[in-house]
Amino acid sequence: MSEKLKISIKNLNVFYAEKQALFDINLNIMEREVTSLIGPSGCGKSTLLKCLNRMNDLIDICTMDGQVMIDGANINTPDQDPVLLRSKVGMVFQKPNPFPKSIYDNVAYGPRLHGMAQSKDELDSMVIKSLTRAGLYDEVKNRLFEAGTGLSGGQQQRLCIARALAVNPEIILMDEPCSALDPIATAKIEELIEELKRKYTIVIVTHSMQQAARVSDRTAYMHMGELIESGFTKNIFSNPQHQKTQDYITGRIG
Amino acid sequence: MNNLNKRNKAEKRFKLYGISAVIIAITFLFVLLFNIFSSGASAFKASYIGVKIEIPSAMNIDEINSRKEFKRQVLKMFPEVETRSDKRALLSLFSKGAIYEFEDLLEQSDSNGLDGYYWFLAHGDLDMYIKGTVERRGNEAGRINSKRMTFVDALREQNLIQLQANKYLLSSADSREPEMAGIRGAIVGSLYAILIAFIVSFPLGVLSALYMEKLASRNKFSDIIETNINNLAAVPSIVFGLLGLAIFLNFFSLPRSAPLVGGLTLAVMTLPTIVIASRSAIKSVPPSIEEASIGLGASKIQTLMNFTLPLAMPGIMTGTIIGIARALGETAPLLMIGMVAFVVDVPGTPLDPSTALPVQIFLWADSPERAFVERTSAAIMVLLLFLVLLNLAAIYIRNKLERKW
Ligand SMILES: Nc1ncnc2c1ncn2[C@@H]1O[C@H](COP(=O)(O)OP(=O)(O)OP(=O)(O)O)[C@@H](O)[C@H]1O
Ligand SMILES: [Mg+2]
Repeated sequence: MSEKLKISIKNLNVFYAEKQALFDINLNIMEREVTSLIGPSGCGKSTLLKCLNRMNDLIDICTMDGQVMIDGANINTPDQDPVLLRSKVGMVFQKPNPFPKSIYDNVAYGPRLHGMAQSKDELDSMVIKSLTRAGLYDEVKNRLFEAGTGLSGGQQQRLCIARALAVNPEIILMDEPCSALDPIATAKIEELIEELKRKYTIVIVTHSMQQAARVSDRTAYMHMGELIESGFTKNIFSNPQHQKTQDYITGRIG
Repeated sequence: MNNLNKRNKAEKRFKLYGISAVIIAITFLFVLLFNIFSSGASAFKASYIGVKIEIPSAMNIDEINSRKEFKRQVLKMFPEVETRSDKRALLSLFSKGAIYEFEDLLEQSDSNGLDGYYWFLAHGDLDMYIKGTVERRGNEAGRINSKRMTFVDALREQNLIQLQANKYLLSSADSREPEMAGIRGAIVGSLYAILIAFIVSFPLGVLSALYMEKLASRNKFSDIIETNINNLAAVPSIVFGLLGLAIFLNFFSLPRSAPLVGGLTLAVMTLPTIVIASRSAIKSVPPSIEEASIGLGASKIQTLMNFTLPLAMPGIMTGTIIGIARALGETAPLLMIGMVAFVVDVPGTPLDPSTALPVQIFLWADSPERAFVERTSAAIMVLLLFLVLLNLAAIYIRNKLERKW
């Protein structure tokens, strides 16, 4: 663990119209670690995650104050380009959402968008590299030009991860990436996360305590829009400081 | 037990009502179609009279007075005819178009001379008698008086009156002579008009739908616009005609009766339909796909162009074609902007005066001349054909563009 600060959230408040969804969040996320966000449904995990790549900009009624710093720069100042930010901070969604295009075109979409490949060969190798990293290449190498929507749910989710990896992000946000998957597909994704954290900073929202315990280095527990406590996963699970955390991880709330 | 029986019976009864409703509707449709087809089919044939034409190859066709020569050739077949009124009766069996056909024939002969029977268009009165539209009473049939009838009988005896394919119906524009009247002018006028309507309303409609659905922020103002557009779709079409009259003719001084103005008016009328269809198509594009694209660093516009628009296209196209099909069958607004004129030329450009198919149908249906009855039905058949083609195109495009996600 490098112990280098990657993302720093300071006094973050988020509102959906009049309704406040996040209350004064302060959280540090370290480089090349997996940080998991846990908490009961509706506590604001997805909202917090979306603040990290400004996906909330798309929601008209969503407003915020406070700061989100990535590599020491506030991502919400007017001179920051959200498009550039999103190519640096990739996102994987709860439900696999491949484009209605071929597997190849799914992965190639990002590189094409940002003009990352100078030639067809370069693009090919980018696609193959990303699929390999996502642990999907061997399964699909013979049908790269078939529809991505024709894959199984777990394969689709790995395709979405490959698609996110293809734009060379530094941070990957995952919002319950395994909630639509069976245990075997889940195990594959977890292995993948283990593998990816050597190169990427990962923030993952999960509803499964076991998953948080298995894959993450640090854990943040949220409740009703507030960050209750955060720290090393092993500490949170073995020795929670707050009663609410204790109740949640032992299954009394949630 | 009893209850279940009751329910089953009620269900059966309801099904029966449904089936009878469908059967009644279909019967109406078939009666209508049968009516149109049975009265319109005969318009695709026309009566022609065979005339023996003999022109020696030595003759210079440029020196021939075609009108006189044609009369001479016709009268030659009945050498016994002498009085002026008899001659006139014989010649009156031919349409005015026969002279033009004769001129064409001379042109084609290229001074090589002509020898043999050639067929010339018969007068509408004769055509109606041959087709049985007017019945024979003794020696008369409608406007075929006994004098004319002697020639008709004589010609028929020699088998010189025949029904052949009607060359005029699909190749010429309107005419005072029913046998020479065609719908080409109306078809071309209609095609120009809907083409212009499409070119104008499609981009405008799709862009406004995209803007309202994806770019505009929701507020009072956008709500008002939305309500207005929905209401516009229900405005009677003649109101759009008045609008076209006031704006395109009176304000912009565009030419009256022109398909350009008709097309613009129809475009305004079609716009709400396209906007509504496009909006619902755009709305049904899964937001997860757009999120994925945005999440990869695509801008809003790139996402719209790469995913939203292509995925919504089948729905947009279907709505557009339905709107255009409605415009094709629209009469009232075109009456207001003067596309109801009697036009004998096929329009060359969208700026030339013209009618449109439904207006032509209206004009002919209104005509006291009985020979126009079958032509009215034939024009309806052609209009229906175009509508069927448009609908097939809609189905084809939908199947072609539709992809699963
Ligand atoms: N687009 C939105 N418009 C209005 N309110 C929203 C919107 N998205 C979320 N909220 C509200 O913000 C709060 C936090 O929602 P969020 O989706 O972040 O919860 P979550 O922790 O991700 O829940 P879950 O575990 O069920 O996904 C909820 O009360 C929710 O109702
Ligand atoms: Mg959530």
